[in-house]
Amino acid sequence: MRALNRKLLRDLWHMRGMAAAIGLVLVGGVSTFVMSLAAYDSLALTLSRYYSEQHFAEVFAQLKRAPESLADRIATLPGVDRVETRVIAPVTVDVAGFDDPVTGRLVSLPEFEKPALNVPYLKSGRLPAPRSEDEIAVSEEFALAHGFVPGDRLDVTIKGHREVLRIVGIALSPEYMYAIPPGAFFPDHKRFGIFWMGRRSLATAFEMDGAFNDVSLTLQAGASDAEVITRLDRLLERYGGLGAFARADQFSHRFMTEELRQLETMATVFPIIFLSVAAFLLNVVIGRLVATERDQIATLKAFGYSTGDIAVHYVKLVLAITAMGLAAGIVVGAFFARGLAAVYRDFYSFPYLEFRLEPGIVASAVSVTLAAALAGTLWAVRRAAALSPAEGMRPEPPPVYRATLLERLGLRGRFSEPTRMIFRHIERRPYKALLTVIGMSLACSILMITNFQEDAIEYMVEYQYGLSQREDMTVLFTEPTPRRARYSLSRLDGVEQTEVYRLVPARLSFGHRSHRMAVRGVEDGRSLQHILDADLREVPIPEAGLVLTGYLATDMLGVAPGDSVTVEVLEGSRPVFQVPVAAVTSEYLGVHAYMKRDALNELMREGPAISAAYLAVAEGRENEIYRELKDTPRVAGTVIRETAISQFREMMDETILYFAFVTALLGGFIAFGVVYNSARVALSERARELASLRVLGFTKGEIAYILLGEMGLLTLAAIPLGFVFGIGLSAFLAHAFRSDLYRVPLIIHPSTYALSAGIILLSFALTAFAIWRNLSRLDLIEVLKTRE
Amino acid sequence: MIQSDRQVTPPRTVFHAHGLTKVYDMGEIQVHALRGVDLDLYSGELVVLLGPSGSGKSTLLNILGGLDSATAGTVLYHGHELTRASEKELTEFRRDHVGFVFQFYNLIPSLTARENVAAVTEIVSGAMRPEEALELVGMGARLDHFPAQLSGGEQQRVAIARAIAKRPAVLLCDEPTGALDSETGIVVLEALETANRELGTTTAVITHNAAIAQMADRVIRLANGQIGAVESNQHKLAPAELSW
Repeated sequence: MRALNRKLLRDLWHMRGMAAAIGLVLVGGVSTFVMSLAAYDSLALTLSRYYSEQHFAEVFAQLKRAPESLADRIATLPGVDRVETRVIAPVTVDVAGFDDPVTGRLVSLPEFEKPALNVPYLKSGRLPAPRSEDEIAVSEEFALAHGFVPGDRLDVTIKGHREVLRIVGIALSPEYMYAIPPGAFFPDHKRFGIFWMGRRSLATAFEMDGAFNDVSLTLQAGASDAEVITRLDRLLERYGGLGAFARADQFSHRFMTEELRQLETMATVFPIIFLSVAAFLLNVVIGRLVATERDQIATLKAFGYSTGDIAVHYVKLVLAITAMGLAAGIVVGAFFARGLAAVYRDFYSFPYLEFRLEPGIVASAVSVTLAAALAGTLWAVRRAAALSPAEGMRPEPPPVYRATLLERLGLRGRFSEPTRMIFRHIERRPYKALLTVIGMSLACSILMITNFQEDAIEYMVEYQYGLSQREDMTVLFTEPTPRRARYSLSRLDGVEQTEVYRLVPARLSFGHRSHRMAVRGVEDGRSLQHILDADLREVPIPEAGLVLTGYLATDMLGVAPGDSVTVEVLEGSRPVFQVPVAAVTSEYLGVHAYMKRDALNELMREGPAISAAYLAVAEGRENEIYRELKDTPRVAGTVIRETAISQFREMMDETILYFAFVTALLGGFIAFGVVYNSARVALSERARELASLRVLGFTKGEIAYILLGEMGLLTLAAIPLGFVFGIGLSAFLAHAFRSDLYRVPLIIHPSTYALSAGIILLSFALTAFAIWRNLSRLDLIEVLKTRE
Repeated sequence: MIQSDRQVTPPRTVFHAHGLTKVYDMGEIQVHALRGVDLDLYSGELVVLLGPSGSGKSTLLNILGGLDSATAGTVLYHGHELTRASEKELTEFRRDHVGFVFQFYNLIPSLTARENVAAVTEIVSGAMRPEEALELVGMGARLDHFPAQLSGGEQQRVAIARAIAKRPAVLLCDEPTGALDSETGIVVLEALETANRELGTTTAVITHNAAIAQMADRVIRLANGQIGAVESNQHKLAPAELSW
């Protein structure tokens, strides 16, 4: 079979253009598959190593204040392994030369020993000495954002007192991989930092000597976190416990998990599309090859090659093309995976990245791809192998054409002969035409979902900050504050409007489902914060009753308007009450529960108390007002809206757009692969016919019209279908990516449609150019001499 | 002289066909390509099957060579019934016993002359070396040329080399000179004659060219799917003596 192998290599070389185009599509499928899975796997591996090395806790609880002696009682709870108590407190920071508000979280380090849980990972310097007064370690992103290095000093305001702290180390923590300031939705490393400090000086500043306000636990093997949480809550209740939660609900961890889940979804969706298109292309190309090699196959069989030998020969050809695509795809995929993992590493502050390309991932890429390729060519190879030699010797019977539907409808006279040829050719092989159209549509849809993500993000920004949250600044109080504080805020110079609200930490439950969050008590006559439904209409807040984010109501709690949810307050006297759900809203960021402020105050058995205020301020006055507020006792933090918007964009740009770039590139591969291969096959099928027409006096332009006109028609048909697929795929991704953190709206801008269609048309133009060159080389004499 | 040889040692029958019928079902019409053909081919002879196009000669050859199946009738090859053979048995039969030469050469365009022959010699045992076979047909100097670089006559000689290289028991040639001018055709016929003479291969040549019949031991005339006449050639001519 050596001679046959040589034939294979030469055939492959002869069809290199088409093989390369198929290879590109395969590269697309394999590389997205490998990229997503390898990045996922590496990040998951790194994360688990990081968690275990830094002893990331498994149960967390915050409380108002408890004596240190309680720690021993917590340690004796069944199922608890290790316990560590901490003091965690807010801090305001002054960075010289940076006017925006900067806040942070002070996290205590044990006074006498090394931290046992949530151990900071030191990037440089050292941890503060246990009993030092003014040493801190700073989170790496914050240090990088401002260029701090060990030895620098940091001006802070702790409980209204200005202090100067010394940076001795730069650190990271699994607890704050995704760290967001209170009142914000996204990380902002310039304006929010984590600071580790000795327990004693921190406790002294916050009157927490011999006490703690935060506790973390690890569990014994096999212990149930739900049971431990119940017991811990009971224990912490009288100390102002805010409700314990498991690692699964820890914010940073939640976010990481969501991100990794999305990578996994990507690893399924994209390769399916790429590989099915590749399978289709292989089918078309190998099918055509078999048709051109009909007589060769017959000759080989006449000389005693068996059906099996012939099948093996063509399978080898398919495998050769597939193997090239696979190898390149794995290399490209591994390269992109490293890049993608690095984007995640930087964005989520992994201390290191343990990149690996699991043999299992490669093995499944290989088997899935081979299966797709062989499935795609099964029919063509079978046809080749089963061809009876006597039949193969005879020329293929002339294809059966007939008048098309359009012509039969009496439109015959409307079309010229070449146009009629186009229609008849399409109608003769309707399934092939349909599959070609579907292939191109899939390319179009991949291009669409790439841009859809950008469009959706733009819309989220517009919705969140243009329609829903119209304040310039948010002021958060450290604890419930009398409503009259509003007047002091409105008296500040430059403040034009104020709106106050009450936030009450609570666990909402319905049946066996529950969610820990904050209930927001709002006032009527709001103009800064709008609570909107899906049609962007203001949702009225009823006198008594809750308004919930749609996703929270439907997907998380399973309640509908009219049902009553249990609200278990996690502060103060911890009342529990039943509140009916009055309406649902449509919001994309986070999940919320709204009620009237006075109704909430009444349920809390408190006076008119508030937790935060939105301010509208005169243009350019934000920083001035911020400076005035930051030394005010009871003000925990202030967020300026403009910065929130920019940080939102930055975040989305980095993560989603990397993926978008890669998929757009690969979407282009598909479009070109389909159009080019279909045109080349059509050229090969019709070379004789076209050459005959040339001999009869048709110009090159006229025969190009016959050939490319058909492709052009199919391309035009593919675009609207691609839009439909694109919308469907976008809807699927939007659905798959939903979580309580955010929901991506199904918004597709006209420019996205235009761009996707544009790339498809560009692929067609490139193909037309290549085919035009082939038509110039059409050898009229030679083509006509070949036997029919 | 050949005639007298045969009388001394009775010729062995290679093919024995009886009542061969072939009907092609072309959708709306049925084409009767063969209508009950009875035929014997003997060991070592060179037979020309002569007939106009559509007389059924290609169909007959294809059935003898195991490329096609008969609608009715039997073919025995050395006593084995080909008409009842399985696909696998037919493949083995072709591989080990038959060499084909086609009107349009049917070389694999992506393989050189040498490789085209090798493609066949690789799958059988006891074959000649490809070079040897090509030498035999006078193509020893063009071993590494691709079909596209060879003239029609050269391509056909490569095809003959490919057919004889495995030392087949029978050589079946379908209009081997049909696509060639007479001068080139004669060179090709000489190659066939050489193979028949030197290797003792039973050779059947189908043609519509009556001139070629003069080089045959026997001439079988076909018309309308039936055998019209069988003539033994008293005065065989060498290919070089032919002209058309």
